[in-house]
Amino acid sequence: MSNRRPYVRSMDGWWKRDAYFVSYMAREVTSVFVAAYAVVLLFGLVRLGQGEAAFNGWLQYLKTPWMLVFHVIVLAVFCYHTWSWFKIMPKTMPIMFVGGKRVQPGTITGTGLAAAVVACLALLFIVGGVS
Amino acid sequence: MADTEKIIEIEVLRYRPEQDKEPVWQSYKVPFTDDMSVLQGVQYIKDYLDETVSFRWSCRMAICGSCGMMIDDKPKLSCKTFLRDYYPGKLRVEALKHLPIERDLIVDATDFITKLESIKPYIIPKEERTLAQGEYLQTPEQRDMYEQFSSCINCMLCYAACPQYGLNPKFTGPGILALMHRYNADSRDGGQAERNELGYADEGYWGCTAVGYCSEVCPKGVDPANAINQNKMNSAINYFTRFVTPGGADK
Repeated sequence: MSNRRPYVRSMDGWWKRDAYFVSYMAREVTSVFVAAYAVVLLFGLVRLGQGEAAFNGWLQYLKTPWMLVFHVIVLAVFCYHTWSWFKIMPKTMPIMFVGGKRVQPGTITGTGLAAAVVACLALLFIVGGVS
Repeated sequence: MADTEKIIEIEVLRYRPEQDKEPVWQSYKVPFTDDMSVLQGVQYIKDYLDETVSFRWSCRMAICGSCGMMIDDKPKLSCKTFLRDYYPGKLRVEALKHLPIERDLIVDATDFITKLESIKPYIIPKEERTLAQGEYLQTPEQRDMYEQFSSCINCMLCYAACPQYGLNPKFTGPGILALMHRYNADSRDGGQAERNELGYADEGYWGCTAVGYCSEVCPKGVDPANAINQNKMNSAINYFTRFVTPGGADK
């Protein structure tokens, strides 16, 4: 008869165990905010379909103090979201060589962040030009 | 010498299945010198303080992969971690997380070994060649595609770093999926179709949520997170192309 009795440790509260896990969970939670803001934009689209007055009402609602606070929070969260996902991006890419040298993780993250900044500025420019 | 008079406290998570219902911490005072590894500290305990303490070790130079343990809650090889870096504080050593404790610092590696065998971790030649036909040739560029993934020493630190494996031990896990990629990415290998059945399953690449800690703790720079996540694209393409390939959806 075997006297073996392997002990399995609990995983309760695992994400608080290490700072690395906390930052991982923070990255994952930012996705909830992205989904929440998509709902806000979707609501705007519905209001647009209901006519100009309805759409303007939605725009006015976005300017209320609580919605401004919400936007500031969302902006900060989105910045972390962008940084944290581009940080993990090199893990998702196949090994690449340019000019015989391996493309470094920092280059991939930096390129992603630069693309995000350029896209944001381009969008601001276009929206600014329209209005 | 003043050096020999330094004493560090090492707390060991003990588990003796015949007497302990659950693991308990036990403290030891270990004299040490600056060149002593944590493994040597634990060896000192066994040799001079308490011969009942159990642990695995072999090479003492970070290549056998036997002496992995949690050192102050971080998965590390105890032979390449030094006591001086914890002094004057104490340090805690514990069996690798997420794996069942067999006894003291020894984990039950059955699950790891079973999975390791299942992925066929050897080259399955793309084309059979006789000795007379000569060796299988490979360019340096082709070698670069898998070389880093071939450095795995099966130390299981990445399993102790992976919460997804801890939460669901059915997940194949970082080290073995990285080895799977190592063979799949080898230009001489033709076993991709056989291995991908495991890789593309729910317990395969998709069990990973890109925490990335496995790559941080790997003592050999294997980067399992990269090996796993670069395969998700292939898996997704495989999943969707079967709907447009004649007979593919039946698979």
